[in-house]
Amino acid sequence: MVKVKKVLAQTYIWLVLLLMYLPVLVLIVFSFTTAKQVGQWSGFSFGLYKNLLTSREIWVAVGNTFIIAFTSAFVSVVLGSIGALGSFYSKKKWQSLYDNVTQIPIVNAEIVMALSLCVMFTFIGTYVFHNEIASYWTLLIGHVVLSIPFVYISVKPKLQQMDPSVYEAALDLGATPMQALRKVIIPEIMPGVLSGFLLAITLSLDDFVITQFTRGAGLLSGNSQIETISTYVQSHIAKRPVPPELRALTTIIFLIVVVAVIIITIRNIHKSKQAKVRKGRD
Amino acid sequence: MEKENCIISLQGVSKIFDGQTVVDNISLDITKGEFVTILGPSGCGKTMTLRMIAGFEIPSEGKILLNGEDITKIPPYKRPINTVFQRYALFPYLDVYDNVAFGLKLKKIPVPQVDKKGNPILDKNGEQVIKMKHLSPKDIDQKVARALRIVDLEELEDRDISTLSGGQQQRVAIARAIVNEPEILLLDEPLGALDLKMRKEMQLELKDMHKKLGITFIYVTHDQEEALTMSDTIVVMKGGNIEQVGSPMDIYNEPRNAYVANFIGESNIYGGTMTAKLKVRFLNHVFDCVDDFPVNEKVDVVVRPEDVILTKIEGKKDQKDICQGVITEKIFKGVHFEYLVEVGKSEITVQDTRNREIGDIVKIDIEPDNIHIMKVDLTVNTFLDAWIDKENRVRISEQPFDVDVTQLLPNSTLDEEGYLIAANGKKYDLNDADVIAEVGLSNIEIIDGYDNGQCNGVIVSIIYKGDHYQIMVRTDEEEEFVVDTMYSWNENDLVSISIKPEDIKLTIKGDIAKYEVQ
Repeated sequence: MVKVKKVLAQTYIWLVLLLMYLPVLVLIVFSFTTAKQVGQWSGFSFGLYKNLLTSREIWVAVGNTFIIAFTSAFVSVVLGSIGALGSFYSKKKWQSLYDNVTQIPIVNAEIVMALSLCVMFTFIGTYVFHNEIASYWTLLIGHVVLSIPFVYISVKPKLQQMDPSVYEAALDLGATPMQALRKVIIPEIMPGVLSGFLLAITLSLDDFVITQFTRGAGLLSGNSQIETISTYVQSHIAKRPVPPELRALTTIIFLIVVVAVIIITIRNIHKSKQAKVRKGRD
Repeated sequence: MEKENCIISLQGVSKIFDGQTVVDNISLDITKGEFVTILGPSGCGKTMTLRMIAGFEIPSEGKILLNGEDITKIPPYKRPINTVFQRYALFPYLDVYDNVAFGLKLKKIPVPQVDKKGNPILDKNGEQVIKMKHLSPKDIDQKVARALRIVDLEELEDRDISTLSGGQQQRVAIARAIVNEPEILLLDEPLGALDLKMRKEMQLELKDMHKKLGITFIYVTHDQEEALTMSDTIVVMKGGNIEQVGSPMDIYNEPRNAYVANFIGESNIYGGTMTAKLKVRFLNHVFDCVDDFPVNEKVDVVVRPEDVILTKIEGKKDQKDICQGVITEKIFKGVHFEYLVEVGKSEITVQDTRNREIGDIVKIDIEPDNIHIMKVDLTVNTFLDAWIDKENRVRISEQPFDVDVTQLLPNSTLDEEGYLIAANGKKYDLNDADVIAEVGLSNIEIIDGYDNGQCNGVIVSIIYKGDHYQIMVRTDEEEEFVVDTMYSWNENDLVSISIKPEDIKLTIKGDIAKYEVQ
């Protein structure tokens, strides 16, 4: 009986994993055939990867996507963490207000945010700059606005878990307020900051709605509209079929993520085995 | 008035926090090298006092001097004072060693500069150039190792904080503070989170450590036993004020008022009256005493349970000649028995090594020397053995007074069956609950004639206080009410007294949890 239960549990887990990874597997398999239509097999070949290397359009989109992802994630991590700190050290009644206000964009439909940003930029462009202001900067602002709430909600709990007297303990031991922040508070909220950063990158990487409404010319796209992977795919889907090179591209992105996860895991195992070094001891 | 060797001096310090006066104009001098304990219940301002000494809070008024220098507004990181926090406040992402080394790594010490040959480098005024430098890693390591040795943790220096027990974390917190060689070590209820056995051990260790280090310890606690065990000086606080400062012996044997006596050690406290020179009446009997107070003055009397002498007698005698009572409770405590003896309507707790039986009639003797009489600060009438009856009225000297019992728990209400419902939904049955009732002197009304108020009595004394009379009314049950009034009365007038329900302040004796209805 126990054995049957175990087998059932195992089967269940593998079934779920299969459901999650089967589409990716199919994608990887079909990235090694050049057929235009998905599902057709026209023989094994590295043709798509070769085409991908030479397709300037795709590399511009990839480059733009990563530049925006990293810059917007960096800006939102800085602003979001400072916001969480500020809210944590403000009065109780204000704190719950801040928490709720930052929560609204998370549950709100993205299209609302995208449209309102678009309207605001047009308005400011028309009445303040008397010019079109849609550019990399408006796109950056759009992505930062999108990810700040997520940074806030991943940093805030770390602050709340923290013993509030550690800051005072640091002052008591001779740290100035800045040193206390750097040596005590920041290390303490670092896991939250990191997960906020990763969330921000992920959000920005596959964002389409806000990008579509806030982008202008610039970055690697030069004088034309900034193209990211999502806008590129979207513009091609409209014409059908999806460019087969994208199958090769997504396979590469997937493999990069897998390798990164493996490296992090190995490093963590290695770190815990390391002996501690004490300076000033023979 | 600065004392010799006074390391820290609070001068008229007050702290108003969120519109509330937490610390109310206190002055205190602490001698170098002393173990001082600030003792009081939660909310008495003891922790706030400590935080002002540490520098986390700036006093609203008054000055704090360290070695004669004003440090009132100096930030904590510039004070040679370190703190052991209530819940340790260790840095969880650092291991034991790095927690202890934290302060040392930040510290800068003045280093006189020398050139390559070892000659001092002089500036243009001919004085040696001195640079502020961090401690060398070697110095840090030595100091950390020493501190860890003092707290007996050298084996655990590589451990993460989360893997340590409460007692070990406590030791890390102490090591982290003493490694900086502070002039004063502040300890904010550091043993509160430990179990009883650990606490006893740590008490002795702390005392030992204090001796070894020779620095001043300022310890905050609500545990009177902890205070008596460890301190050179105890400061008893209540409601933001200092009630008494003295050695443990002084405070135990000569408490200044009923509050201190009640807080320190077990005690029997009675409201008494001086009937003649060196004679005091309480427990319905006149005892000889050694404290000289004016005749007819209301006083508080403290008798420690171990100072009561019981003698078994056969049959009841006249109360006028001897003080007698009946044993109603008996608890075996190991070294002694603890008896509760009912004397008329009062009770007395007695510690006695003789085995006696419940129901025994005993004679009560107390050596005059062991009857401690305290001046009553007459701002309120305090009734220490009031209780709540079935109708949620307070019984003062057995007479029922209407009162608002919901004041015993913030935000509580009464349901229709008369149970007290707390804000969190818990239900309490207050029938027979022992309380302390306080009534302001001017909140009692005297009405002419018997049975016109809630309680009958006779006027026994009238003192003219300049702009009003202070009148003492003794009830039929020998309880005394002191009343401030504008109207003149005559001694021996028969009167009734009346108190408005909102003017009676109640405090529960012990924890209200014992009256909870399951």
